[in-house]
Amino acid sequence: MSPLATSEPSDITLDPAPSSGATELQNAVIRFAGNSQDGIQTIGGLLARLAGRSAREVMTYMTIPSTISGGPSIFQVHLGSGEVLSAGDESDFLFAFYQHSYDNHIGSLRPGGVCIYDSDQVQELKGDLDALQVGIPITSTTVEALGGSSRERGKNLFVLGLVTQIFKLDREKVVGLVSRQFGGKNEDVLRNAMLAFDAGFAYPVGDLLRVEYELQQGKGSAADKVTTDGNTAMVLGLLAGGVRYGAAYPITPWSTIMEQLRVELPKYGGLFVQAEDELGAVAMALGFAYSGHTAVTGSAGPGISLKMEALSYGTMAELPLVVINVQRGGPSTGLPTSVEQSDLLQAIYGSHGDCPRIVLAPKNVADCFYTAVEACELARTYSCPVFVLTDMALASRIEAFEEPDLSKHLHEPTLDLAPRGEEFKPYPLDGPTRHAPPGSTMTAGTYPVVTGLEHDEWGHPSANPGIHQKMTERRREKLKALGATLPLPETFGDENGEILLVGWGSTWGPIREAVGRLREKGRKVGAVHLRHLNPMPNDLETVFSKYDHVLVVEMNDEGLYGHGQLATLLRARHCDPKIRSICKTDGLNYRVRDIVSRVEAATEN
Amino acid sequence: MSTAAEAPKPLTKKDLTADHPTWCPGCGDFAVLASFFKVLEKLQIPHEKICTIAGIGCSSRFPYFVNGHGVHFIHGRALPFATGVSLSRPDLHVFAFGGDGDGYSIGGNHLDHAARKNVNLTYIVMDNFVYGLTKKQTSPTSPKGFKSKTDPTGAIDQPINPMKKLVYGGASFVARTHATQVKHMMEVFERAILHPGFSVVEVLSECVVFYPGAFDAGNPRKGGAFDLIEERKWDDTPEDAERHDVSDENAAYQLASLPFPGKFGVFYETDRPTKNQLEQIWIDASREKVGNASAADLLTTRFAAMK
Repeated sequence: MSPLATSEPSDITLDPAPSSGATELQNAVIRFAGNSQDGIQTIGGLLARLAGRSAREVMTYMTIPSTISGGPSIFQVHLGSGEVLSAGDESDFLFAFYQHSYDNHIGSLRPGGVCIYDSDQVQELKGDLDALQVGIPITSTTVEALGGSSRERGKNLFVLGLVTQIFKLDREKVVGLVSRQFGGKNEDVLRNAMLAFDAGFAYPVGDLLRVEYELQQGKGSAADKVTTDGNTAMVLGLLAGGVRYGAAYPITPWSTIMEQLRVELPKYGGLFVQAEDELGAVAMALGFAYSGHTAVTGSAGPGISLKMEALSYGTMAELPLVVINVQRGGPSTGLPTSVEQSDLLQAIYGSHGDCPRIVLAPKNVADCFYTAVEACELARTYSCPVFVLTDMALASRIEAFEEPDLSKHLHEPTLDLAPRGEEFKPYPLDGPTRHAPPGSTMTAGTYPVVTGLEHDEWGHPSANPGIHQKMTERRREKLKALGATLPLPETFGDENGEILLVGWGSTWGPIREAVGRLREKGRKVGAVHLRHLNPMPNDLETVFSKYDHVLVVEMNDEGLYGHGQLATLLRARHCDPKIRSICKTDGLNYRVRDIVSRVEAATEN
Repeated sequence: MSTAAEAPKPLTKKDLTADHPTWCPGCGDFAVLASFFKVLEKLQIPHEKICTIAGIGCSSRFPYFVNGHGVHFIHGRALPFATGVSLSRPDLHVFAFGGDGDGYSIGGNHLDHAARKNVNLTYIVMDNFVYGLTKKQTSPTSPKGFKSKTDPTGAIDQPINPMKKLVYGGASFVARTHATQVKHMMEVFERAILHPGFSVVEVLSECVVFYPGAFDAGNPRKGGAFDLIEERKWDDTPEDAERHDVSDENAAYQLASLPFPGKFGVFYETDRPTKNQLEQIWIDASREKVGNASAADLLTTRFAAMK
């Protein structure tokens, strides 16, 4: 398969297969629509993990209601034997648990797709719908299988059994994953799960579907992949990057990172503290950093806003701190469980004063790991706060990826309490920041006070205008030095031509797919994706100059002057009027076809 | 030159003295600083293990005047910062300093939580009942009727009762002293430092510029009364029953309810596990459960479980 081929599942045929056997699917987008308490995330996760084990590509997409319990929820799994870059615009298969699931999602089915609905709950829509619709009494069959006592629980496992049967998945592997998922609980739970699963697996669905399907085996490496979500990958990256201490306050969608760190860090001899509030959390994390550790705090927009004063202290006192922002829809409480990329300018400029700090953004789940590792490294090297801007989509999305090579990506932290000599200067004008964590002896007998007041090279407070000028330059120049080391991002697609798409963060996959589709239509299109957002790499204009249009694709508002947040920065830096924006704020991931049509509209003559 | 056999040089007040304080002449905080030096000298805490942390305010400039590892942090957040230092560095002696605005107003929430968590550190509040650094605004401890730039006709809000707040919050050592009573101040500082857990000393420390005479009622030299709390000696005498049981929370509230200037000494002291100890128990159990595995092994195992 050419690396530029798209993974749009257009090659699936759902017409009756020749009698010789099953229809081979290269890709399948399966959407489960139900309520949040139905456990559809569980089966989606199991399928994703199964795909990782079968060396298939996988990407998932989930919406969760922000209500405490209940409310419509979907989980979409995109399985493929080629490169899977997005969760899929349309689904090939829809499993609808309720009438509202059916009504709201039947439209997401691609023409010729298959809808399997719970005939105990759903009234089928008659009409000229181009889809194969199959009603199965999911609720009553599950209740029957469980002996009639468990009400409606277990429907998700019944459906997993159906899916295993329909796609001829490896039953042994699926059962193994189910056992691992439920085996830790009491025996009844696993037994009921298996009863429901087997009922689904044995249900005579083949007669109803007319066609048999089989997913092609992946052509990837034989080794099993790691399958997990972005927040978990971030946690592992922080652990590998040398973080041993952290503090935070719960907030969606950041909480699952702190919950995991709270449990994981003690295994590494470290500690994560749930603080009383966001202000206390960032202060504690800075206390850890001052004490000589690589520390982390994190939150989502509302909490990050509260941390801003303390983060300016981090820049002034030059303390290393990793700050994770799992972006969600804003402003204010906004859309707590929707995706948005509207905190970029806040990450760069959100504190008072001239307050430079590093800002990074991961592009997919695997990159959450690598970005976290890099953030830790940069925090130590440049001694300042380092923001990682992930988002709601990456937080909950499950992907399969190659196991990271720990021989290259593991930092073992040490506490350096060696005596500091007479020449010790924490903030030399001509060199990197030095620290003397408490506990280190100062051989000259003079101990340092770390301060948020402007200070000289020794850290002594000073309101001298010349010193403020020089120290402001110092804090700025060390990040410019970082910028000078950053390589230009590689160009995907055409190296020059008509259109360059620029993106950052979780839009990487859909942008890449959009490039492929536009090229198939005969357009000359390339894309670059920025991981380093502050500082950015130098010389981006040499890339921009090779295209007629530079379109920055972002999930934020075009603002008062018509440009999204990254586009605003790029225009300010490169003064190039051909830099324009493709923005949106509907709280949903970009669909590939949306990007394609927006690009086409923006480049019409 | 020192030799290996030589004992470390004893810590002296001279070693601990840094810049001359920028406080106004006559400020109560000078005596607090001098007492702190003397107690450190007596306790002989290793010089490099002393860590002083403060927020913003006149008294929060304290770390600049102590020659030791110090932090001048942001307004109101000295306690969570100090919590980070204390929890991750059990080898250190962590001290937090501040005033009534920093500790009871903007940082009030952190005080409650540091207290309930019983973080192992010592917090000294220099309470002057007024905002001094910003030149005379009402503070959370300003009494009703106090005329300030923000209450020109007199403060109208009920002030915080620091001792009640501290006892309620769960601080495991709560004491009160007066900056003019140096001997007493040194005694309670020493007890606070030796107490394992979150120990707080509220020091009435006069601002001679913006609230002169605020604490004369507690100063015998100005005609006031410096009434000490008599603590139980547990000697089975009838008079002992009348004395204060420092472990009795209700008795501490009663002492805290006395009209100004009230009593001085230890209001409350209890021995309960510190957050530092409780977290360490969990860390040790977690390490044991994973067989003290290396980070590389832990991560490799984790990756394997996700396949």
